[in-house]
Amino acid sequence: MTEMLNDVFGQDTRTKAQQLIARYPQSRSALLPMLHLVQSVEGFVSQDGIRFCAEQLELTTAEVSAVATFYTMYKRKPCGEHLVSVCTNTLCAALGGDAIYARLKEELGSDGKPLGHEQTSEDGKVTLEHAECLAACDLGPVLQVNYEYFDNQDPDTASDLVAKLRAGERPAPTRGAPLTDFKQAELQLAGFFEGRDLDVAGPSAAKETLRGNTVAQDRGWSAPVMPDGVLPPVPEKKK
Amino acid sequence: MSNELVPVLTKRWLSPNSWTMDTYEQLEGYQGLRKALGAQPDQLIELVKASGLRGRGGAGFPTGLKWSFIPQGDGKPHYLVINADEGEPGTCKDIPLMMADPHSLIEGCIITSYAIRANFCAIYVRGEVLHCIRRLNAAVQEAYAKGYLGKNILGSGFDLDIVVHAGAGAYICGEETALLDSLEGRRGQPRLKPPFPATSGLYASPTVVNNVETITSVPYIVLGGSDWFRAMGTEKSPGPKIYSISGHVEKPGQYEAPLGITLRELLEMAGGMKDGIPLKFWTPGGSSTPLFTAEHLDVPLDFEGAAAAGSMLGTTAVQVFNETVSVPWAVMKWTEFYKHESCGKCTPCREGTYWLTQILQRMCKGEGTAADIENLLDICDNILGRSFCALGDGAVSPITSGIKYFRHEFLALCEKNAEDSYEAFLAGASA
Repeated sequence: MTEMLNDVFGQDTRTKAQQLIARYPQSRSALLPMLHLVQSVEGFVSQDGIRFCAEQLELTTAEVSAVATFYTMYKRKPCGEHLVSVCTNTLCAALGGDAIYARLKEELGSDGKPLGHEQTSEDGKVTLEHAECLAACDLGPVLQVNYEYFDNQDPDTASDLVAKLRAGERPAPTRGAPLTDFKQAELQLAGFFEGRDLDVAGPSAAKETLRGNTVAQDRGWSAPVMPDGVLPPVPEKKK
Repeated sequence: MSNELVPVLTKRWLSPNSWTMDTYEQLEGYQGLRKALGAQPDQLIELVKASGLRGRGGAGFPTGLKWSFIPQGDGKPHYLVINADEGEPGTCKDIPLMMADPHSLIEGCIITSYAIRANFCAIYVRGEVLHCIRRLNAAVQEAYAKGYLGKNILGSGFDLDIVVHAGAGAYICGEETALLDSLEGRRGQPRLKPPFPATSGLYASPTVVNNVETITSVPYIVLGGSDWFRAMGTEKSPGPKIYSISGHVEKPGQYEAPLGITLRELLEMAGGMKDGIPLKFWTPGGSSTPLFTAEHLDVPLDFEGAAAAGSMLGTTAVQVFNETVSVPWAVMKWTEFYKHESCGKCTPCREGTYWLTQILQRMCKGEGTAADIENLLDICDNILGRSFCALGDGAVSPITSGIKYFRHEFLALCEKNAEDSYEAFLAGASA
């Protein structure tokens, strides 16, 4: 069994798995990042991936499966080169998220059949999903490609974006690093950023994020001036 | 007196490369830590108690009191866990904060860990925010390189390690005990309380779980003192708070204001309703807080004010909807969300959200009956307060408040159906 897994997950992945374990006071805490790690190799969590995690952490495959199937981000079928997640929670949906998702379903489908949730276009380029609130509501409707934000979308911009992805282009996210692919994003989610130091750059914030600050500047508002605060005395021990 | 904005936590966001150590140190960064390490840990707990800081993740529990519950001298390791699993619909304050100013959170983590005598801290971030995770990770590395993390921090003898931990897509992990189970490598399902995390948290050891915005407030309190902090906000809800305005307004965004500001004031700052279309309903703090309407424009948005008006402050995620949005439709969408995110542990929430969704979908298709409204309320009554955690309670908020203020819209959906059925009945009779 171990030999078979070695074919799928090389020495590099095994080393990374051990590095993950070393980060935590107890080894099992490394399971979530390790599942991201196996996804970075295979593009989904396969049975081999489950066995790999179980071996590394001395758990049963049932214990690992129970965890892998609980979380939305662990995919049970191979993902396309890119994962496109469209927020269709209430606020984004009201602003146009439902229309974006409907348009992408149609355009990514084939043989007159729209693409379904977590299905992949025939060319293998794009897996589509509807997502719950992505915590960028002031920038809605939002979608993500490989968990990078594309803000203030509409059906046309989203359609254009997905067409470019299928043509092999990698348009820049509104905030975030240059696009890679789903597997490389998963490697970073597992906590491995080596060789990608420049990814951290980009704007500090979207203009929407700074609107309160802008209003405050325009109107000359600020927080009370901060004095050198005094610390309270050491409390007496209760007897 | 009307409220003015008070940028404290958000102020540094304006600076170029605000996420870097260089910028942070130029703007008073890690000065609070230096001051804190010169004090006794118990002084810091007293300071935060005196400041009146309350949890910014939704519940509003007094932060200093939470820290004081950690037993000292118990011989067990202590842990600090940061809840950065921002996922409550409408909530979008912690992600921009960590993206623009990750060091302020890290400095807060170090001070808090010192106060509660923890040597390991985990920042549990939802997985879908890769750039945020990247910035946090880079900031942690910078902090290690500068001696703010690791062994013998700034020569104080205090040691701390921080791990940035990516979640994997589960709203329930924003519930603190589900988060702890998830951090232990398990399914994220809530635990029965008591025991509380303060005595039996991560790895069954004393643990403080706090929200990002809460812990980020700490360095400012250390620098400015509790009186300065209390100069903002109200007596029972002191301090500045990031209000996230989204939806049908001209200028959605992040507005940091004293607690107790009103929607009327916030709307004025946000340029008013988009295209002048009137306000219909809004959430004061995410979808789990009961809806408000145009009647509530002057409710003070602090913990007491929101509660007195029949809702909750929650995460101050102010989602604004205009007259074009159908309330039953919005409620259906939120209920689909809760059904998807119910972890399945407790029967009332697991089964209840399943049936609520089906009834609401049927009503929105125009196939409901007036009896469905009572049925919805009955199911809500069987969920509220009957599960381990607050997810089920949150799930019923949009439904019960939606029906309370907009029953006529639910009824209108049913009346159309009743007319159609009657016509079909007559058509059948004449055939």
